[in-house]
Amino acid sequence: MHEWALAEAVLAAAVEVAEWEGLKQVSEVRVRVGELQKVDVEILEFAFSQLRDGIFKSARFVVGLELAEFKCRACGHYWIFSKESVDYYSAEAIHFVPEVAHVYIKCPVCGSPDFEVVKGRGIWLESIKGVK
Amino acid sequence: MGDPRVSVIDERLRHVKRIIAVSSGKGGVGKSLVSCALALSLVKKGFRVGLFDLDFTSPSTHVILGVKGAKPKEDMGIVPPIVYDLKYMSLIYYSGELAAPLRGADVSNALIELLAITRWGELDYLVIDMPPGIGDATLDLIRLIKRIEFLIVTTSSVLAFETIKKLVGLLRELKVPVVGLVENMKRDKASVIGEETEGLGVKFLGEIPFDEKLESALGNANLFFDTVFAVKVREFTARI
Repeated sequence: MHEWALAEAVLAAAVEVAEWEGLKQVSEVRVRVGELQKVDVEILEFAFSQLRDGIFKSARFVVGLELAEFKCRACGHYWIFSKESVDYYSAEAIHFVPEVAHVYIKCPVCGSPDFEVVKGRGIWLESIKGVK
Repeated sequence: MGDPRVSVIDERLRHVKRIIAVSSGKGGVGKSLVSCALALSLVKKGFRVGLFDLDFTSPSTHVILGVKGAKPKEDMGIVPPIVYDLKYMSLIYYSGELAAPLRGADVSNALIELLAITRWGELDYLVIDMPPGIGDATLDLIRLIKRIEFLIVTTSSVLAFETIKKLVGLLRELKVPVVGLVENMKRDKASVIGEETEGLGVKFLGEIPFDEKLESALGNANLFFDTVFAVKVREFTARI
């Protein structure tokens, strides 16, 4: 249940943002997860529902997905991640540490592991709404 | 908005009393060997110890200790397996024996990810085997772990020690404590490194002679712990 650790991280960051913005009650937290990390959104949402407290007690957590896209640094090829391109073990490894994508994924044109994850890497906080 | 993972790192390390990064200016001076011997030495003294291999592109502590078949457990994060009474964490659980060709930004991301999701629990010491130099991993650890302390390893070579001066200068500038310096692979009786270390205002922890038998003990933690090398590390452990 690695998603719980990610949910805790998002909540800790959301608390910092809410304090910074002087929010007394948070109504909505938008979170985006990258396709590459294959986060289980249901578990993540459940974790949010169990972990939220204080000014987040009645907050709605909205989790969106961003598709993963890569750009090869060697040949410039741009491609979209396909789940079928990695086996179960590799996908599991990438799930925990997305950077090991460079171990298991290669540029489909030139075969280089030196590519940039342009979109869809991990998990991040998109926005917070609430009452000041 | 900021990286949410960074916000939880303090919490993950809250119950770790001391965090010691074993570092050097150059590669090949014996950081990983010192990290392993230090971690084992602390365990034998009865402390609760974690060992974290942060040399993502060239990890070697698993080879030194002979770690085989260990896997972290998933439990609201990842819990490092116990290896020789150490909580042991490495990227090799995810990269296997394959090459991990990571650029600086990738090293930073992987480091933050592992710090954010690893549940170390209660530890007296977390020993971190660093990659060489003053690049991304070093700067990230200083940025992310306010309580970090450094233990520096060098050889007798002026080439290695020259880079140590830069590392010590950086750490001093950033007000990061240095617990001491170890001179490894010592082949003569010269005391230059010890004197120069004290001259830098850093505690000289001692010399480790070049150990001809060390290579044959790699891969077996019990044999490794009884080498001349490890015995020397055990001697200075109490002074850290």
